[in-house]
Amino acid sequence: MTHIPAVHAEGLVKSFGDFRAVDGVDLHVAQGEIFGVLGPNGAGKTTMLKMLATLLSIDMGRAEIFGVDVRRDPHRTRQLLGVTGQYASVDENLTANENLWLFGRLQGVPSKKARDTAADLLGRFGLEEAANKPISQFSGGMRRRLDLAASLITRPPLIFLDEPTTGLDPRTRGQMWDTIRDLVADGCTVLLTTQYLDEADQLADRIAVIDRGYKVAEGTPDELKASVGNSTLQLRLADAADLIMAADVVRRLLGEEPVISGSGRMNVALDAADRAAEVLIGLREAGIGITSVSVDAPTLDEVFLVLTGHDTAEPELEVAR
Amino acid sequence: MTMQLTPPAIAVAPPRRLSAGDIAARTTPRNSLAETLSQTMAMAWRATKKMRRNPEQFFDVTIQPLLFTAMFAYLLGGGMSGSVEAYLPLVIPGILAQTALTACMATGVQLREDMEKGVFDRFKSLPMARIAPLAGPMIADLLRYAIASALTFAAGFAMGYRPEGGVLGVLAAIVLTVIAGWSLAWAFTWVGTLARSAQSVQGISMMIMFPLTFMSNALVPVDTLPGWLAAFVKVNPVSYIVTATRDLANLGQITAHVGWALLACAAVILIFAPLSVLGYRRHL
Ligand SMILES: Nc1ncnc2c1ncn2[C@@H]1O[C@H](COP(=O)(O)OP(=O)(O)OP(=O)(O)O)[C@@H](O)[C@H]1O
Ligand SMILES: [Mg+2]
Repeated sequence: MTHIPAVHAEGLVKSFGDFRAVDGVDLHVAQGEIFGVLGPNGAGKTTMLKMLATLLSIDMGRAEIFGVDVRRDPHRTRQLLGVTGQYASVDENLTANENLWLFGRLQGVPSKKARDTAADLLGRFGLEEAANKPISQFSGGMRRRLDLAASLITRPPLIFLDEPTTGLDPRTRGQMWDTIRDLVADGCTVLLTTQYLDEADQLADRIAVIDRGYKVAEGTPDELKASVGNSTLQLRLADAADLIMAADVVRRLLGEEPVISGSGRMNVALDAADRAAEVLIGLREAGIGITSVSVDAPTLDEVFLVLTGHDTAEPELEVAR
Repeated sequence: MTMQLTPPAIAVAPPRRLSAGDIAARTTPRNSLAETLSQTMAMAWRATKKMRRNPEQFFDVTIQPLLFTAMFAYLLGGGMSGSVEAYLPLVIPGILAQTALTACMATGVQLREDMEKGVFDRFKSLPMARIAPLAGPMIADLLRYAIASALTFAAGFAMGYRPEGGVLGVLAAIVLTVIAGWSLAWAFTWVGTLARSAQSVQGISMMIMFPLTFMSNALVPVDTLPGWLAAFVKVNPVSYIVTATRDLANLGQITAHVGWALLACAAVILIFAPLSVLGYRRHL
């Protein structure tokens, strides 16, 4: 049996004056999926999410949430969505408890049930000790969690998360990832945006890469990474004079041309991280000394360089007049 | 702070996959009147919480009535009516209308300030009636108008004002002031949804409020004015409200002026409430 898609959008366009922040994006998210929208600052991620969430008007194109036309039926659309924006959207004047109660009441949850749901969610997000503190005393991570909790009150089937972990420390970030996975295990569909390839890689079933309002690539994390090589081996030789010899070793072992930079540094693209060992063994056998070595996953910068031919610097506003 | 990630709280629910029928069943096409009312009351609750946590919001409805009553009575009383006591029945209802107007000006400014905050993004993303975020704070503001009116009468009483209308007349005058304040607040709410910043709301509102309050019969009898000014004063809705308040407090009578004042209030609501909702929607 085929199910209606959670999100189906065609040719979305949003302009601010002469500037097209979103320029003809198609998006298709199946139910039960974590879909990642990956892009640098100013790519149009937030704008796109806001269009789908009825927070910005759709200039051109069409969007459906579970088959409901976003533009024609915003009220129904809003009943199907939980939106956690990029910036905390909770009330600074209220406590955590009061916030959740209020958002519950505003969505027609009876007072007592709203209180119970608030307590339940605060427990689930590790905020029960802070339940009665004003939000102004919350840390960034606590705000983020409360914000997500506020989106879950009516257990909507689709959750939008705009950069859910930007600004969180690594531990809190991992916890947020677990929470998001729990949501999906629970039957939710999640559409999230991120600037980090590793986050999209960790969480998403499928990823769309967007840049300057266009979708430049789409696929599973593995497909995307394969298009840029899986990882990079970075070496620093003890003696810069060995570089020519070391490059020969790499060519012989991997059939790959290393990138050589000054002062004995060398970068090698690897299709699989474990091939780094072959290079290291080969260098030792050739008697070439190494002072430092690392294997890194391709960064968003590298993905972008490959996919778009430019780096992730924010686009200069090319205002056509 | 540790974050206990309790294993999925609602354990092993089978993945939900929704059909078009499920979607139709769990959504409604629009908010019912009952839902709109309950959302408005929830927003009113939020506004009272905010008031309690920012008591400076009460300055304009506490200090101003006391200050204006004393200031205008002693400043103008002798010149206008021969003595302070004789001037009080004229000026107290006037100041009442004036304070209510200042108080409802704050409604627009606060709404504008509020709308800049992140939480409004969430309000907009929720399936709630678009009038609720506007009407909610205005219901909480009824409290402010009531405080302002009660304090004005109290100040007048302390200075020797003995309204002929008795307790009932005074209560009726307070109710009328509250209604008038609430109605006029819609006009300022509209300004709040249009202007670019809280500062400009303040500026525009002042420009509306000063001519309306001072070019009325609030502080002086109309027959002392030159003809052109008298003409404006007579059509100024604030004058209707002031006259109606005087009739209630000083005569204890529900005169035709009261009817006109209520009609003026209804007209203001009918014009500005829909305009405000339109203005708010434009922010989407
Ligand atoms: N209200 C607005 N008016 C004018 N321009 C806007 C507006 N909102 C966004 N933009 C522009 O649209 C572009 C896309 O912005 P958007 O916020 O969608 O990017 P983003 O991908 O979410 O970036 P970030 O990672 O920084 O959050 C940017 O160049 C931004 O300057
Ligand atoms: Mg953004």
